[in-house]
Amino acid sequence: MQVLIFGCGRTGAALARMMARRGHGVTILEKDPQNLARLGDDHGCTTVVGDGLDDEVLRSAGIESCDAFVTCTRGDNTNLMAAQIAQKRYNVNMVCAKVNDPQRAHEYNKIGVFCIVPNLLTAGMMRCWLTSEEYAPIDTLNQLEDGAV
Amino acid sequence: MYVIVVGGGQVGLHLTKRLLQGGREALLIEKDPSAASALRLQLGDVIMTGDGCEAQVQGSAGFQRAEVVVAVTGDDEDNLVICQMASETWGVGRTVARVNDPSHLWLFRELGVSSCVSATDVLYNLIEQEISVGTVIPLAALRMGNIEVVEATLTSRSPSVGQLVRELDIPPKSNIVWLLRGDEGMVVDGDTRLQEGDLVVALVPTDREEALRNVL
Repeated sequence: MQVLIFGCGRTGAALARMMARRGHGVTILEKDPQNLARLGDDHGCTTVVGDGLDDEVLRSAGIESCDAFVTCTRGDNTNLMAAQIAQKRYNVNMVCAKVNDPQRAHEYNKIGVFCIVPNLLTAGMMRCWLTSEEYAPIDTLNQLEDGAV
Repeated sequence: MYVIVVGGGQVGLHLTKRLLQGGREALLIEKDPSAASALRLQLGDVIMTGDGCEAQVQGSAGFQRAEVVVAVTGDDEDNLVICQMASETWGVGRTVARVNDPSHLWLFRELGVSSCVSATDVLYNLIEQEISVGTVIPLAALRMGNIEVVEATLTSRSPSVGQLVRELDIPPKSNIVWLLRGDEGMVVDGDTRLQEGDLVVALVPTDREEALRNVL
């Protein structure tokens, strides 16, 4: 699988390494070249410096030929916009956005943008751990009703 | 009519002012607290401090009863999300967005934002129109490129408007041969009086194109 990741923060860098280690082709796109250091040595990913909301940059990072696009910058709105560009303009098959605001993620999940909410997942897993339950599947954890107060 | 404006920069400020002057009910949402208090000094309590992208803020601003939501922040991603949340979550009928990067216009339209304004596009189009009106446009080159067929549209500022063709100081070896007035084409002679809006076609040696432009 060819994966394009936008945002080389902690999440993006970890995901990039995980996918590359499993033999997938990974390109990581990041605005600030300094953040690429998070990938560490021998990461095996292609790196591109630029803004993932810019068509030229997206094309040079290979968005037209990727199977999946994951956007995990720190900006919820940046991620939501990038995800919709990938879906609408480039018809990327699998698109996922990291969105910290559960409410916003909920609204966009409704209109077909798959959003993962890190804090809901974390809270849900902690809850499972505390109550000695098995970890719930991602779709359950990712829901506003279950995770939100 | 209740209008909510998000983004308290120059555009947001003056737009809100105009709306209030026009007797509209308006609210301006600004994220930065110090910018918001500066705005409050000018506009009073129609300023709300908060992140206009957040559902909670949108709820207390009254998105559910707004007829128009206008997103004029400096960030396209924020403007897009504000408009999408307005229509998808709150059922706002009309959304208006400022689009800073014109290459994003199609996405805003595709995703159902009612009106999108790109200052770059507006300014560019104005400049382009200004250039093409009253400018001589080469249509074809004849005789190894020494002679050109050119067209020019006469505007109110054209010195030739109102004059007879034989009164014009047309450069040597050049001639205005034909013009289009409204839908009607006509052959030009010395007794043709030029009018504003005429599209004239002329033959001119390449090195005299500038002189002809000045005449027209």
